[in-house]
This record gives sequence, structure tokens and C-alpha cells, in this order.
Amino acid sequence: MNLTIKYFGMLAEVTQCQEEVFAFSQERISDLLKALYMKYPELEEKEFQVAQNNQIVTTDNRIDHSEIALLPPFAGG
Amino acid sequence: MSRYSRHIVLPEIGLEGQEKLSKAKVLVIGAGGLGCPVLQYLAAAGVGTLGIVDFDSVELSNLQRQVLFGTSDVGKNKALVAKERLSDLNDTITIHAYPYRLTHQNALQLFQQYDVVVDGSDNFPTRYLVNDACIITEKPLVYGAIFKFEGQVAVFNYKEGPSYRCLFPEPPKEGSVPNCAEIGVLGVLPGIIGSMQANEVLKIILGLGSVLDGTLLLYNALTAKTNSLIISRSEAQINKVLSEKKAFQDTPVVFQCGSYSFELETNQLSLHSNIQMIDVRDYHEEPRLIRKDTIQIPLGELESRSHELDPEKTKVFFCVSGIRSQKAVSLLQKQGLSNCYSLKDGVQALLTYYKNNEHERA
Repeated sequence: MNLTIKYFGMLAEVTQCQEEVFAFSQERISDLLKALYMKYPELEEKEFQVAQNNQIVTTDNRIDHSEIALLPPFAGG
Repeated sequence: MSRYSRHIVLPEIGLEGQEKLSKAKVLVIGAGGLGCPVLQYLAAAGVGTLGIVDFDSVELSNLQRQVLFGTSDVGKNKALVAKERLSDLNDTITIHAYPYRLTHQNALQLFQQYDVVVDGSDNFPTRYLVNDACIITEKPLVYGAIFKFEGQVAVFNYKEGPSYRCLFPEPPKEGSVPNCAEIGVLGVLPGIIGSMQANEVLKIILGLGSVLDGTLLLYNALTAKTNSLIISRSEAQINKVLSEKKAFQDTPVVFQCGSYSFELETNQLSLHSNIQMIDVRDYHEEPRLIRKDTIQIPLGELESRSHELDPEKTKVFFCVSGIRSQKAVSLLQKQGLSNCYSLKDGVQALLTYYKNNEHERA
């Protein structure tokens, strides 16, 4: 299945895109992260939270086919 | 009241709403890119009492986005300049300038005097400090943060809602997220995000519309797109902060934007009494310094010999240039040891200091 993934802040600099469609068939967010770390090794060093269907979720959540967003903390002011 | 006629004519605000604004007290942390527009709009709106915390002074590179300041303000303290500028904008409100750092020691007492706290700071240690102090003092927190072309806005700790720690439980590892001013930012972006923060403050005070509580609004200035993410309250995170309430004021001063607030200059040594000096250079390094109040523990041995440090004393570490001593302090802070400072200018400056203060020689 295809998942839409959004990247915010410095994560978009790692992935070189703000949004992509990612082919993925496993069950959990943690599996998805492993796959993304394979594609973008630098991502593993970054701090971020995951949102699914616009709701912040934990990595053991099941993927429900809706949009995923990876959100890093911002410090600037 | 003609000053506020455009507010009063709105049935949603009216005289009653304007009265609420004039009774409200709002504390703004940081008079920088975010703080400037927040302060400007809240002062203009007639928020009766405004507090401004900022230890920093105006730099030329600030003027690209920090619209309260002018060229002639360069070098002056931001909180004081902001107060002066805002007093002219609205001379009917009370403005308190706090031209010093927000710390674990002064935060609670300060927050207690206000109804709403706005975070316009530029570094993670301050953001976590502000969040935790808001939880302890039960104040709503209007949060804003920016990165290059993107901004985040949310209201935390409002009506049983989540806190910043419910979104990001712990500060990121040092250096993993660009801090402060090393990266660029589109000048207008903090203007937009700060104005959104001011808007949230006004809604909280007036009880109007729906507040961004538990919702993180993301704005991208390049695409003009917004996203809203919902954050759930984590009782565990909030209880953790509350359970550490007693220790809150003992938390050591941590890294802040641009400098280390646990750094000391030699001329500040006289401000501290009961000092233990620790030489973290290796044994062979010259010049040797032998004094009653000084012990030598090379940096590499510090972890295993930390029991030799006197917990009752103010501990000042020094080396040659202030780099190893800084590492020593952050190492000991991680072990939970408080009252540790790094001597910024190293051993040579210390020798000069002792020479000039001969009579105090131990």
C-alpha cells in the first residue's frame, strides 16, 4: 500500500522533500520508521514525533492507512 | 476609551471585554523575533500589565525581524528598550521589564504574578523551564517556535489540556537540533507566528472563539500551508513535573542561547563565597597552581573522583581556555551536582586575578 508521509523542519532537509508517497505494507509505525531509516540513514539521528491522521501517536500504534507526519521540535524564536 | 473604540464596537468584545483586557497580566519570555510582535499587539490591545523577561541586548542582526528595536538601540538591553517603546505605544498600561535570565530560581515567583505566560524564547532549556514552571504555577502557556520558513503555535497547560512535554517529553540531545541564531530565519515569519500567539492570548483573556489548546498549528511561509496536529495529555509527564516540584528551584542553570550561564569570569569570583576551585588540567601542565582552596582532578578522572567535590561549596572549574572546565560542569550537572561553574578565561586570568587581589590570597 502507499502511505503519504509529510516531513517538517529539518527533517525535510534530510529527505529533500516535504511530502512523499511511500510504498509500505507492514503493520506498525515502528516498522515504518525502520524502513525510513533504511532510506534516510540521517533520519535516525533526528528527534521527532509521529502523527497519524493529524494525531500525535506512539511508535507501537498500528498504521491505519491515513497520512503520516514526522514532526521535529523547533527552538527558534 | 477612544483608544480602544475599534475593539469596543465589536459586540464580541465591547466595554466588558476591554475591561477584561485591562485587568489581564501577561508575561512574555524573550523579547526577540516572537516576543516583539506579541508585546506590540498586547500593548496596543490594552492588556493592563505586561512583563518582559530578556537578559540579552539588541544586536544589529536582530533588526531584520525584531521590529520593536531601532538602530540606536543596538547594545541596549532588550527588555528595557521594549518597555520604553511600548510605554510610548500605550501609556495607560503597566509594563515590567526583567532584564535578566529566567532561571529555575526566579521563574516560579515571577510566573505567579501573571495570568498567562507567552514563550518567545529561542532555546530548549528555556522552553522546558517555561513549560515546567507553567505546570507548577498552573498558568496557561502560549507557545510559539520557528525554524527557517516554518513555525509552530500551540496553547499548553490550559483547561486540563496537554503540556509541551506531552508532545516532546525531553529536550533533544545537545546539538541534534539547531539552537538559537546559528541558522537563518525569514524575517517576517516570527512576525506571523508571534501575531498568532498574541491572538491566542487575547482569546484566552476574552473567552472568545476556540483556543489552540492541545493543538499544534504548523505554518509554512513558503507554501502558505497550515497543518494542525492534535496532542493528547500525558498524565505521566505532567505528574513527573509536579512530583519534582520541590527540587525545581535547585535545578542548576543550564545552557542558554549564545553562552553558558554556568560560565564565570574571574571578576565574578568575588560574588561567590565558600568556593572550591578545581583544576581539571593534567598534572604536567604549567603553570602549577597550589592553593588551599584548590584541588586538582584532571578531566579524565573527574567522573570517578566526583566524591572529592564539596557539595556545600560553590565549585569553580578551570583549565587553560575554559573548554575542559565547561565539559567538567556539564558532566557533573548530568550527575545532578549543582552549583558548578566553569571559569571562562582559564588559568592565566585566574593568576592575574589572584595577583591583583593579593591580600585575599589563601
